[in-house]
Amino acid sequence: MRKKITVADIIIGIFLFLCAFSCLMPILNTIAISFSDRTSAALGKVYYWPVNFNLSAYKAMFHEKQFIISFFNSIFRVVLGVSINMLLTILMAYPLSKDPKVFKHKKIYMWIIIVTMMFSGGLVPTFLVVKSLGLMDTIWALVLPGAVPVFNVILLMNFFKGVPKSLEEAAAVDGATPLQILWKIFVPISKPALATIALFAIVGHWNAFFDGKIYINSPLKLPLQTYIQSLTVDLNPERMVNMTPEQIEQQMAMSSLTFNSAKVIVSMVPILIIYPFIQKYFVKGIVVGAVKQ
Amino acid sequence: MKNKIEQLYYHAMLFPGMVALIIFSIIPMGGIIMAFQNYQPAKGILHSEFIGLDNFKRILLLPDSKQILYNTLIIAVGKIVLGMIVAVVFALLLNECRLLMYKKVVQTIVYLPHFLSWVILAVMFSNIFSYTGIINQIVTFFGGEPCMYLVSNKWFRSIMVGGDVWKHFGYNAIIYVAAMTSIDPTLYEAGEIDGANRWKKIKHITLPGILPTIILMTTLNMGKILNAGFEQIFNMYSPLVYQTGDIIDTYVYRVGLVNLQYSFGTAVGLFKSIISFILLVVAYKLAAKYSDYRIF
Repeated sequence: MRKKITVADIIIGIFLFLCAFSCLMPILNTIAISFSDRTSAALGKVYYWPVNFNLSAYKAMFHEKQFIISFFNSIFRVVLGVSINMLLTILMAYPLSKDPKVFKHKKIYMWIIIVTMMFSGGLVPTFLVVKSLGLMDTIWALVLPGAVPVFNVILLMNFFKGVPKSLEEAAAVDGATPLQILWKIFVPISKPALATIALFAIVGHWNAFFDGKIYINSPLKLPLQTYIQSLTVDLNPERMVNMTPEQIEQQMAMSSLTFNSAKVIVSMVPILIIYPFIQKYFVKGIVVGAVKQ
Repeated sequence: MKNKIEQLYYHAMLFPGMVALIIFSIIPMGGIIMAFQNYQPAKGILHSEFIGLDNFKRILLLPDSKQILYNTLIIAVGKIVLGMIVAVVFALLLNECRLLMYKKVVQTIVYLPHFLSWVILAVMFSNIFSYTGIINQIVTFFGGEPCMYLVSNKWFRSIMVGGDVWKHFGYNAIIYVAAMTSIDPTLYEAGEIDGANRWKKIKHITLPGILPTIILMTTLNMGKILNAGFEQIFNMYSPLVYQTGDIIDTYVYRVGLVNLQYSFGTAVGLFKSIISFILLVVAYKLAAKYSDYRIF
């Protein structure tokens, strides 16, 4: 039975269109600005279509050493950070998924994890710990403090709990060690869950800017988001009060509206590349993780 | 014997992760001692002078404290309440949409902002809300006065709340859409036979069906009531809007890491951690009691 399209259907359709449009609007606007000439962009003449189409912002960007370096710094950070995240998450989730009868000291570990989820020493003590370990200005300051994504450990632990016991028992009878059982049985069977967690981790590492801001001083080691953040913040007129005229001029030359927009667009590309995978796994993943019955 | 080896394996697997957690999460908790000291980096935490509750007294005496707490609460509560309403309404509309292709495309698009960083979105926001930006052009088209929205104390909080709701509504709707698909379809058929129209079915079947989920999510959000969204505000605020936009987290950053008042920054952070901890425990207890929700 196919129903007729009613007025209500049309109104709903229009509302949904507006919702989707509102999400695309800022991105389309930024793309258009990045392909326009500087003056039109500064005067606010650009909406959704480039005015005086040109590629100068992109050309200039790819000649800017700092941008390229920061881009690859971020890629490296994602690869290293996500590898560490995944390794630790898998290794921790497995023993924690065991029944307390099988793994006697599970409770102690669980408590440590719960405490870290619920309470935090705060920004300043964490900063001082990283500093006193001599991690300042190294990539380790970006990947080690968040090495254990506690929420993901819980998610995977819950997933492991649902793996049929018989699989594991059969392997144990054949003399497999827990490490072999984890690697040969649990990891292959939980690929969707692992993909979800890896995507969480990739997005998190790629988007992080604040740790780069407080822990990294050398420009050559800055991750991309931190670098973009420093450009846009410095362009903010209210922040120029304390700058010398030369500094302001330098800033203006380096970062115009079109130039910044081009950087923003390029920095979005990795997210857009993994977005189809996010669509595939994420949606299922959060529903499973959030409403566990 | 075999069991012993197994236990050893388990401990060994947990070891690297636990070391990382202890160093970067548990040890900083010990750092809260600094909140009761006049910490000086040269002397270290062991030899700095203890000053009791002086730092906390200072928090109470500081004229900014009240304003910062108020900003934090109003922005966070605004985000929680409005965020929930918009996500539910959007989920309802999505659920009512009968063109499956259209529904899929809309869903794909609205999740996107959730995955973009606030650094990137701040650039986009400053383009849109700038003096010559799109919003001001629309305003002037309808005869209004253009305004520097992001440096206006009148608008800053609303833009922060609106921006956050906008970024997350699609993503937050996922859970409500999932709850709607698990409603028994025979209820709708029965409603139809009884002559219920679309609106009546939403009101009497869909909404009651997702009410437990709404209550659960709201309860869990209680623990976030002092998290007004550091990354967002940090990327968009400026001294001109400290009056309305400064929140606990941005204040801790400026006092603790920019002005290097380590002890005072720690004390303000501790104040937040303790209240958040209490709220989180209460929220989880309530959720476990009333909707069988357990993360463990």
